[in-house]
Amino acid sequence: MTYFPEEVVEHIFSFLPLHSDRNTVSLVCRVWYEVERLSRRAVFVGNCYAVRPERLVQRFPNVRTLTVKGKPHFADFNLVPPDWGGYAGPWIDAAARSCMGLEELRMKRMVVLDENLELLARSFPRFKALVLISCEGFSTDGLAAIASHCKLLRELDLQENDVDDHGPRWLSCFPDSCTSLVSLNFACIKGEVNPGALERLVARSPNLRSLRLNRSVSVDTLSKILVRTPNLEDLGTGNLTDESESYLRLSSALEKCKMLRSLSGFWDASPICVPFIYPLCHHLTGLNLSYTPTLDYSDLTKMISRCVKLQRLWVLDCISDKGLQVVASSCKDLQELRVFPSDFYVAGYSVVTEEGLVAISSGCPKLSSLLYFCHQMTNEALITVAKNCPNFIRFRLCILEPKKPDAITNQPLDEGFGAIVRECKGLRRLSISGLLTDKVFMDIGKYGKQLEMLSIAFAGDSDKGMMHVMNGCKNLRKLEIRDSPFSDVALLGNVAKYETMRSLWMSGCNVTLKGCQVLATKMPMLNVEIMNELDESSEMEENHGDPSRVDKLYVYRTTAGARNDAPDFVKIL
Amino acid sequence: MSEEPARSSTESSSAASSGLDFEDTALTLRLPGSDPADRKRAASTSDPAAARSPRASDAPPSPKARVVGWPPVSRNRRIALPRGKFVKVAVAGAPYQRKVDLEAYAGYDQLLAALQDKFTAHFTVRRGANEEMQLVDVVSGAEYVPTYEDNYGDWMLVGDVPWRSV
Repeated sequence: MTYFPEEVVEHIFSFLPLHSDRNTVSLVCRVWYEVERLSRRAVFVGNCYAVRPERLVQRFPNVRTLTVKGKPHFADFNLVPPDWGGYAGPWIDAAARSCMGLEELRMKRMVVLDENLELLARSFPRFKALVLISCEGFSTDGLAAIASHCKLLRELDLQENDVDDHGPRWLSCFPDSCTSLVSLNFACIKGEVNPGALERLVARSPNLRSLRLNRSVSVDTLSKILVRTPNLEDLGTGNLTDESESYLRLSSALEKCKMLRSLSGFWDASPICVPFIYPLCHHLTGLNLSYTPTLDYSDLTKMISRCVKLQRLWVLDCISDKGLQVVASSCKDLQELRVFPSDFYVAGYSVVTEEGLVAISSGCPKLSSLLYFCHQMTNEALITVAKNCPNFIRFRLCILEPKKPDAITNQPLDEGFGAIVRECKGLRRLSISGLLTDKVFMDIGKYGKQLEMLSIAFAGDSDKGMMHVMNGCKNLRKLEIRDSPFSDVALLGNVAKYETMRSLWMSGCNVTLKGCQVLATKMPMLNVEIMNELDESSEMEENHGDPSRVDKLYVYRTTAGARNDAPDFVKIL
Repeated sequence: MSEEPARSSTESSSAASSGLDFEDTALTLRLPGSDPADRKRAASTSDPAAARSPRASDAPPSPKARVVGWPPVSRNRRIALPRGKFVKVAVAGAPYQRKVDLEAYAGYDQLLAALQDKFTAHFTVRRGANEEMQLVDVVSGAEYVPTYEDNYGDWMLVGDVPWRSV
């Protein structure tokens, strides 16, 4: 291979789509390293603190798509104190200096400031796509900068961000010459948008395929927009509360959208909107009703029973077991199901139980991705589900009451989850809940050979539990544990393992300062971050009086050394 | 043409979850001390002789037991969903059903007043002989009896169960 001209080697590399493969070939020899780094178009940084931004842009100056992730996953649930870090600034600064050809930036769980967005907007003449997921720190002024200056913008996708609203001006900042939009998602913007500006923007965007509106957009405005978007494939509606007259207009507008395959939004949806959606149902492959508590089981099932091609369904648990049975008998192609809780506190009767899950598993054999919040579960049900659906790649079960046992036998749920890991040989992501002993971890370690991400809460009896996982799960990348009885013994039981993983999170466990210091000393290529910040909320977890006990621990491999932007409450050992 | 008391019914979509102290009388017809789960399971279990221990936790934990960051639902979802408990109200003779948020009211009196607001054409609230609030037809004066269907399909009279466990 070394006798081939570099252009040929580069061409061969272009057939390697996976980052991991490109990383591997770069290790072969100096020539290949050089060819690979200069021709690399997409770089994925799973932990923004694992590598210095300047180092990255120097190595890959011709990168076009950059993806960076910041805070640990449990930040989504308020377990990471504010101001912890994950700043986008250094990444955008570095790219602005060295990667003029940047076209796409994707960021998740990062702190992005308006000034960062302004720099972004001005620095990359070919910039085409900005995707921000679960980020915070910016306002609609930052979006105005993007709209104003990114002349070739194709994609502005804002998912679940916390955005300060400074008024509707930003949408009007797209110049009249901007006609390139393919995807626009502003569902998470809290404030009003100017309906006229929105209509005009859509009217001059002939390539628009995906449009997700926010709650402020009325049915009337939606109707006017849809007349202009006959090629729309993915729609997130605004609010659907209006009187039935507006729906007649909506109905005829929707009829023109023959390519529509995916629906979401349904903010405050009134049941009268349901029949107007019927003509679309037959073609839908994706449906997200998880922000709609105003539709009950009968409204939901009237809609879903018509969605015979559905592959992805997100709903609230008010669909009930009965409703899930309707899903099971109607949606034979279902691949992904998410059932979210409509009531966040543990009490009350079961709206969705193990029965609904069993029904889904027997009706939908293609199911591969599950997120299921429920009030109770049984081993028998999980064993049945495992047999019915051996193709699970993602299996996340959240029983709302911590440590709740099998609802019939009162036993731990070890057997049930054991069956899942045993039968589902391709399982890559698993979240467990309910009453669980070390036994379940034995099975996870023994059978979870493809497991990459594991989430543990209120589970296990002893350090053996965590050790089973650390020793057995060969492909483990992310391990996040809360409120489980694992101590320094488990933390230090297999220190070399952490070098093969992206990160470890442990909160509410029994690790001590001493144990963390030992880890930091033994493994200098890891950052060991501890946080003993008191929660600001009144729901304080009890400190067991041991001052050396570490409340929150975050360990990750890094080539960048200790970070210099850590707040006071983070101690890096 | 007899004047039968018409029925306004309230369907309860899901049960008590106020997180406050909870009594076993909420929204179910059963003997005190028996477990609704047993009643349901009795029909479905294949081995009736198997010993079945009572469900581990009947009462929900008190507010103090609420755990930070649990359940694992993102902030976006928590704030997007109103904490309301919406139930459908149908009144015989009314063309549209309405929805009321049970959590918006502090007691049965307020609930009845709210129902009066939504169905002003049909009934009004009046204090009856025994000091209780009643719903009476605006024209004929006949009493409306508010009833609801609980999770087990039984029709119940509104007002028996202490409000805070609704």
